[in-house]
Amino acid sequence: MSVTEGASAQAEKMEFAISDEIAIQITNMNKWYGDFHVLRDISLTVNQGERIVICGPSGSGKSTMIRCINRLEEHQKGTIIVDGIELSTDLKNIDHVRREVGMVFQHFNLFPHLTILENCTMAPIWVRKMPKKEADEVAMSFLERVKIPEQANKYPGQLSGGQQQRVAIARSLCMAPRIMLFDEPTSALDPEMIKEVLDVMVGLAQEGMTMLCVTHEMGFARQVANRVIFMDNGQIIEENEPEPFFTNPQHERTKLFLSQILH
Amino acid sequence: MSDQTSTAPDGSGGPSQTRQYPLGEIPEMPAPGATTGIVGWMRNNLFSSITNTILTLISLALLFVIVPGVLNWAFFDAVFSAESRVACREISSGACWAVITARFDQFVYGFYPTELRWRVNLTFVFFVIALLPILWDNVPYRRQLFWLATAFPVIAYILLLGGFGFEPVQTDKFGGFLLTLVIGVTGIAISFPIGVVLALGRQSDMFAARIVSVVFIEFIRGVPLITLLFVASTLLNYFLPPGTTFDLLLRVIIMVTLFASAYMAEVIRGGLAAVARGQYEAGDAMGLNYWQGMRLIILPQALKVSIPGIVNTFIGLFKDTTLVLIIGLLDPLGITAPILADSKWNGLSTELYVFVALFFFICCFSMSRYSQYLERKLHTGHKR
Repeated sequence: MSVTEGASAQAEKMEFAISDEIAIQITNMNKWYGDFHVLRDISLTVNQGERIVICGPSGSGKSTMIRCINRLEEHQKGTIIVDGIELSTDLKNIDHVRREVGMVFQHFNLFPHLTILENCTMAPIWVRKMPKKEADEVAMSFLERVKIPEQANKYPGQLSGGQQQRVAIARSLCMAPRIMLFDEPTSALDPEMIKEVLDVMVGLAQEGMTMLCVTHEMGFARQVANRVIFMDNGQIIEENEPEPFFTNPQHERTKLFLSQILH
Repeated sequence: MSDQTSTAPDGSGGPSQTRQYPLGEIPEMPAPGATTGIVGWMRNNLFSSITNTILTLISLALLFVIVPGVLNWAFFDAVFSAESRVACREISSGACWAVITARFDQFVYGFYPTELRWRVNLTFVFFVIALLPILWDNVPYRRQLFWLATAFPVIAYILLLGGFGFEPVQTDKFGGFLLTLVIGVTGIAISFPIGVVLALGRQSDMFAARIVSVVFIEFIRGVPLITLLFVASTLLNYFLPPGTTFDLLLRVIIMVTLFASAYMAEVIRGGLAAVARGQYEAGDAMGLNYWQGMRLIILPQALKVSIPGIVNTFIGLFKDTTLVLIIGLLDPLGITAPILADSKWNGLSTELYVFVALFFFICCFSMSRYSQYLERKLHTGHKR
C-alpha cells in the first residue's frame, strides 16, 4: 500500500464541529459467512459530522463492516441503526438507508454503458424522482466540484482511474447523502492519481460530511480523521484519535500493523 | 522530462550511438514504406510467411476453378423464362430459373387466396416500417413509428387472418416465405422477453422462481424440436377438451417460441454472469430496487455481451422453421415438393433448393450483419 505522507501529512490538522446527533449506531453486531465468523461483536457509534478511518490487515473485516452499514452485506446478530432506522429484512428500511448513505468502491463500479452524466443522474431520477433537467444540473455542479465537468459526455472507459473515482464520488453526492462510506477508494489507483481523489475527500470532510473510510492512506487519516479504528480478525482492536493512535499505539497487533505499513 | 544535458545534435555526446535529436525531443516520423496502404496490407495478410503465401495461391487457384463455373451456371447460361424444363434445356444448359419465375407467387404466399394477396404485401410493408425504429435510433419520426411497431401485431393479425370486415383466411392456406416469416418473426419477438425472464428467474434468490425456470429450460432444451412439433400437431388434442379447435399454426408457433426461449435464457444467463458483481452492488448502494437495477444497469450490459449468442439463437430459430414441413405445413422447402412432382418441372431440384437457400441466407446474413453493427454501436470503451 502506498502511503502518501509528505505533503498531506504536513498539512494542518483540521478541526470540525461534530454534532451530538447520532448518525450510525452499531451494537454487538456479528456476521458469519457460512460457519466463518467474520465480524465479532462490533460496537461503534458515529456522530453526525465525524470522519472515521478504518484500517487493518486484509481479511480483517473492515470492508465487510462498512458494507453492513448499507446492507450490501447482511449481519446475523446485533443491531445497526442508521439515521434513526434499524436495518432489518424490511426492504423499505433498507431502501431508506441506501438513499441516505453514499458509497464509493475500490473499483469505482461506474456503469460502463452510460455516460458520466448519466451515471450521476440515474439514482436522483429513479430513486429520488427528480426531473431530468434538475438532475442534470445537480450532477454538473458536483462534476464541477470534483473538477471534471468537461468529461460529462464521455464514457467511464475513456477516463483515467483517478477521474473515474472522482466521478464515483460525484455520483454518490448527487443523492445528497447524509453519510458517505469509502471502501478503499484509492487502493486500485496508480500512485500519481491518489492525491486528486484524496483532495476531493478532504474537501468533503471540510464541509462536515459524515465519513467512514476504509483506507491505508495514513496521511489522510492524520489530516482528516477525528478517530482511527484498527480492526483485526473481525474485531475492533483499537480506537483512538489519530495522533495518539499513530504515535502511541496500545495494542501489540496495532504496533505490528503500523510498523509494517509505515516502514 | 529529462533534465540531463541534452546530447548535441551532431551526436558527439553519445557513447556508442550517434544521436540525431536531443534527448526527449525525437519528433514523430512516418512509418517505413510498404508497411501501410495496400502493399502493406497484402504483405501482412496474404504473403506474411511461406505457409501463408502457399495458402493464398491455393485459394486463388480454387477461386479460379470454381467462380467461372458457378457464374456461368447461375447467370450467363441461365434461362429465366420458359414453359418447362425441356424448353429450358433447349435454350441453354445453365440453371433453369424459369421454374422460380413460374412458381414465384407460390413460394411467397403458399396457398393464400390470390385475390387477397395484397393483404400479405401490405402486412410486409407495415412490418418493414415497424422494424425501422426498433433497429435504428436515428430514424425520423421514431416515436410515432414506435406506436406503429406496438400496434403491428394487431395489424398483422387482422390483415393476415381477416376479421373486422376483412374476409377470413384459414392458417392452413399460409405457406412459403409468408409462413417462414410468420413463425420466425413471432418466435423471435416473443422468445426474447421470455428468455430474459427465464434467465433472471434462474439466478433469482427466490427458490420457486429458480426451480420453475430451471425445470422449464432443462426440459425444453433436452427435447428435440421435432418432438415438440409432433406434440403440437398430435398430442395436444388429447389434453384439450374435445371439440376445441386450436389452430395448428398457433400451436407450432408456441412450440418454436418456447424452444427458442430456453436457448435464449441460457445465452442471456451467460451475459448476466459476465456483468461484474460491483455493478449490482453499485445499483443496490444507490437505492435502486431490483427491477430498476436490472433494467437500467444489469440487462443493458448483459444483453450487449450476449448479442452474438442472441442473434445466433434467432438465426437458429429462423432456420428451424423449415422443420414444420414434417408436420405438414408448407414452408418454402415444403413448397418445392409439389413443384418437383409436376411433370413440367420435374428434376430441377438444384434450382429450387438454391433459391430457398438464398432466401434463408439473405435473412440470416442480414441478422448477422445487424448484430455486428449493434455491437460496434454499443461499444463504449473498456469495461469498468
